[in-house]
Formats: sequence, structure tokens, C-alpha cells
Amino acid sequence: MKQLKSLPPWLDRMLILVAGVAVYVVVTAVFSAVRINAYWARVLDQGLIMALGSLGLSLIYGFTGQFSLGHAGFYAIGAYVGGFVGATYGKGSMAWFVIAILAGTVITGFIAFLLGLPILRLRSDYLGIATLGFGIIVKVLLDNADRVIPSLGGARGMTGTPQIANFTWIFWSFWLVFFLYRNLVCSSFGRACLAIREDEIAADAMGINTTFYKTVAFVLGCATVGLAGVLYAHRYPFLHPTSFDFLKAFDFLLIVVVGGLGSLSGTIATALGWVFLLEGLRFVLGETFLDFRGVIYALLLIVVIILRPQGLFSGRELGILVPRSVQSGWVRGVPPVQAGGERDASPGD
Amino acid sequence: MVYFFEQFLNGLQLGFVYALIALGYTMVYGIIRLINFAHGDVFMVGAYIGYFGFAIWHLPYPLCILISILVCAPLGVIIERIAYRPLRYAPRIAALISAIGVSFFLEYFCSLKFVFGPNYRVVPRALPLREWNLGGVNISNIQIIVILVVLGMLALIQYIIFRTRTGKAMRAVSFDHDAARLMGINVDYVISFTFGLGSALAAAGGVLYVTAYPQVFPFMGILPGLKAFVAAVLGGIGIVPGAVLGALIMGQVDVMSAGYISSQLRDVIAFSILILVLLVRPTGLLGKRGPEKV
Repeated sequence: MKQLKSLPPWLDRMLILVAGVAVYVVVTAVFSAVRINAYWARVLDQGLIMALGSLGLSLIYGFTGQFSLGHAGFYAIGAYVGGFVGATYGKGSMAWFVIAILAGTVITGFIAFLLGLPILRLRSDYLGIATLGFGIIVKVLLDNADRVIPSLGGARGMTGTPQIANFTWIFWSFWLVFFLYRNLVCSSFGRACLAIREDEIAADAMGINTTFYKTVAFVLGCATVGLAGVLYAHRYPFLHPTSFDFLKAFDFLLIVVVGGLGSLSGTIATALGWVFLLEGLRFVLGETFLDFRGVIYALLLIVVIILRPQGLFSGRELGILVPRSVQSGWVRGVPPVQAGGERDASPGD
Repeated sequence: MVYFFEQFLNGLQLGFVYALIALGYTMVYGIIRLINFAHGDVFMVGAYIGYFGFAIWHLPYPLCILISILVCAPLGVIIERIAYRPLRYAPRIAALISAIGVSFFLEYFCSLKFVFGPNYRVVPRALPLREWNLGGVNISNIQIIVILVVLGMLALIQYIIFRTRTGKAMRAVSFDHDAARLMGINVDYVISFTFGLGSALAAAGGVLYVTAYPQVFPFMGILPGLKAFVAAVLGGIGIVPGAVLGALIMGQVDVMSAGYISSQLRDVIAFSILILVLLVRPTGLLGKRGPEKV
């Protein structure tokens, strides 16, 4: 371990990428060895896409403390922009897939910027409600989008996006964003975000430009879920506005909270676990008890949050995610459960 | 002009139903700072009980409202006891996640075949429809009943909050938990009471809702719940008159935008108004901005 602790900084920064190559090789090798069926491969891709989108909310809410319930709206914007580019111009060419990814990510980020500038002045619950409203507006507009652009399909749903996002694309998109996020939250940017989450006014008083950091974190997080949306559109052949309503925003929120605020590893593990749990329940319950899936899921959610109100990882990270230089543990940000008081602070405090 | 007045009456009816639900949100928020996402589903249970009352058990209409209240008030108390009380001193977001869990639970549990079943059900008329014509404007007995019942309940709430000992305790707890406890107020009881009261209002709202809009299904609580919640925020969450004001505005916006602009886009209009109001008054129309402190 002593050897590890004295890694040169550049290698420390790249460690995640090296680990990514290893994970990718192992997973693909296992896949081809056991001939995983298409269904579970699809579930794994869905898990990675959810993990990618959740990372975005983790940055916005888990690290910067900006309560957003509109995440599904940005997911939808990414999916529909990417899907539109892919279906109209792409027709399956890889160059256009890359353009669709860029377009979806950048446009989502830009809309997040336009919305974030005025709206991020709101605090805690009010911010959550305003973003919730934005998510619903996006959903209703998509429901009626076919009046303006017929190929978006409106409430009938959108089809025709070429299905060219395979495991390799999804895995590496996810892993590159993960790599970026890990270095981001361990930088001075990440520390500024944590300071804002812990106490915005105090951070302001310490000379942190809170508007700048809040806006950048919001735009980055939303662009990330936009990217997840583009991948979703190129992996699952049918887009429908109801897949992006505010219940989807709840999914992202509960993944981030149950994973533990301020923990990338918690977010990723919970996102993957969440997707596999929901699909796994289908098999465990079988045809006759399928109706109980929602009930069991709801009860599980309540029990887990009562047993671990601070989240499963509660601000801790896997060792590899923490730079050697700072392993003393500043990332363990979420304060312990306090007895009494603290009700006036923003959610998650 | 006649069309406008008829729309106005419809908006009033819808707004008053929203007001009943919004009061539950706002009281709970005022007392434990929790967005109780399960409230819309308590409203759904209340609607079902009312529907069973007059459509299947053929009970007189006031009795249906009463039974619905008697079922839902304990339901609200039990939800608080099981899902929120263990999290009272946890981070606030944990209770919110628990509320989402309870909301999912009620929806999926009620969708089970041996509970309410997953299907839409058409609700027969609870009362024979009668309409009067006042200067060209049609007023139905249902509109009058909805408005009268809600006004009665609002008066009752006003009385409970401002004229009774429990109401005084509620106001004290909402002001400061710890100080209230030091003054000898049973905080747990007050919170339970608030949940019971809010759920009772939601139940009555549910019965009135299915009387006016005759359809029930297990996910029916989501949208009215959300609208009522938005209404509470619009008026300033935690403030009782604010919830009623917000709900009346929300009802008018809903009905007027459906009547004059587009029924598909009415949610867009409603939520755009919400965002604009929040940008101008970040704590709602009647909300007071407290001093910011570290």
C-alpha cells in the first residue's frame, strides 16, 4: 500500500481510466464466455445509462446541494434531440451518431444554462418545485410535439432511431464521464461545490462565487443526463413522453439519495442495483405474482431509507476514487445524523 | 360572457377541491417541513371509499363523506407513525424519499386485484343532477354542494387552528419544535393530529372530486395531488390562507386555459405561472421571507 500512496499525480488522475480498461475487458470476456442473453445485456446497458444520468444529479444535488426534481426533463431533451438527429440524418452512420451525442449533450446543457440562470436563485424545496414544473412542461410539450415536428411522434411515441449504441459505446461514455467527475469533485471546483452544499451563505462569505459554481454544476449535470438520453434513444427503439415524466425524476432522486449524497460510488452502485433489482423481481415473482413487484419495491425503498437515512454509502467513496494525496477523507462530506434541530436547513443537510 | 361565467364556476369548483388537498400539504409542511408526496394517494383512497359508499353500498351521500374521512384520517396517522416518525431527526431528504416510497406503495397496493384493481371505473352519479339557470348561466347542484362543503370545512379548519388548544399547539410546533416541547406540548401527538386532519380533508376532497369528475383509478391521486401541492407552493407553503388562495388560482388557470387556449397545454400554462411567480416571489404569494442566516 505504501507503494500506492506515492503514485505520481498524473498516474493517480489516470487510475480510473486504467481501471476502466480492466473492467471493460473482464466484462466483455465474461459476456462472451457465458453467452449472456440479449435480455440481460440490455438490462446491463440500461443500468449503465441510469448510472450515467444519476451521476449528473449526484453532481447537482449530492455534491452541490441544488435540489432538482426536473432531471427527467433533461433526460427527455437529450433523448429526443439525439433521437431526432439519429432518425432524420443519421440512418445508422457512426459519424452521425457522434454528432447526435454532441448535439444532445450540448443542447441539453444549453437549455439547462438558460433555465439555471434565473432559477438557481431559489432555495431548497422551492428550487425542487420549480424544476419539477420544468420537467412537467417538457413532458407536456413532447406530448404535443408532433404538431410542430411530426417525426417526434408526440403522444404516440417516437420510433425510427437507429439502434447503434452497443455495450462498448455505453460503457465508455459512462466511464469517461465517471473519470471526469471523479477528478472534478476532487479538485478545487468540487470543494467549492461541497462548500455551497454545506452552507451557501458561508461559502459566499468565504469568497466562493456561488452563482458560478451552482450554474456550472447544474449545466454539467444536466448535460450528462442529456448524454444518457441520447444513448437511451439509440439503444431502445421506442421513445415515449411518459418514460420521462416526473416519476422518472423521482427515480434519479431516490438513486442519488439512497446511494448516499456526495458519493460517486454510492450513486453508481445504487443505479446498477436498482435496475437489476427491478428486473430481477420480474423473474423471482414469476407471472402470477408480477403485480406485487411495485408493492415489494415500495416497501423495500421505505425499509432501506429508514434503516440507512444517510444513504447506503453515506458520503464514502471506494478507495480508488480518492486521490492518494487527500485520502485523509474530506470526501466523507455528509455530516452524521444529528439529534434534534437542523430542520430549517436545505434538504440533505 | 355566459361562457366565461360558466367556466369561472367550473374553475371555482375545481379550485375548492384543490384547496382541500392543498391544506393537507401545507399543514404537514408547516409542521415538519416535509413534502408529503403520499398525500395525493390518501386522496385517491378517499375517492375510492366514497365511490364504494354511494355506488356499491348505496349509503346516503353525507355518510359517504364521513366514512371516507373515518378511513383516511387513521391511514394518515399510520403512515406518519410507520414511515416518517423514524426519520424525524434524519436528514430531511430521507423523509421525502420515504414519502415517495409510501406513495408508490399505496398506488401499487391499491392496484392489486384483491384491493381496488388496476382498472378505471366509471362512477355513477352520487346525486341526481339538477341545474338551475341564472341569467343564462347554468349552475348545477353538484357545484353548489362542492362549494358549500369545502367552505364548511375551511371554516372548521380555521376554527381548529385558531380557536382550540390543539390548534394553538399546532401553531407552536410549527414555529419551533424544541421550544414547543419544552413548553410541555406533546409534539408527537400534535404531528399525528396534523396528519389525521390533513388526511381527513384529502378524503373529503376525494369524495367531492369523484362526485364532480366521475372516474376512479389507483393512480388518480398523482395529478390532482401535484396540482394541489403546486397550489400550496404558489400561495406560500406552510401558510393556510395561502393554500386556499393558490388553489383557487390554480383551479381558474386549469379551467380557463382549457376553455380558452388549449386543454393539452393547460399544465404547461399552470407550471409556467408557478415558475414565474416563484422567480418574482421566491416564497410564494403570501410567503414571508425570513432573514437569511448562517
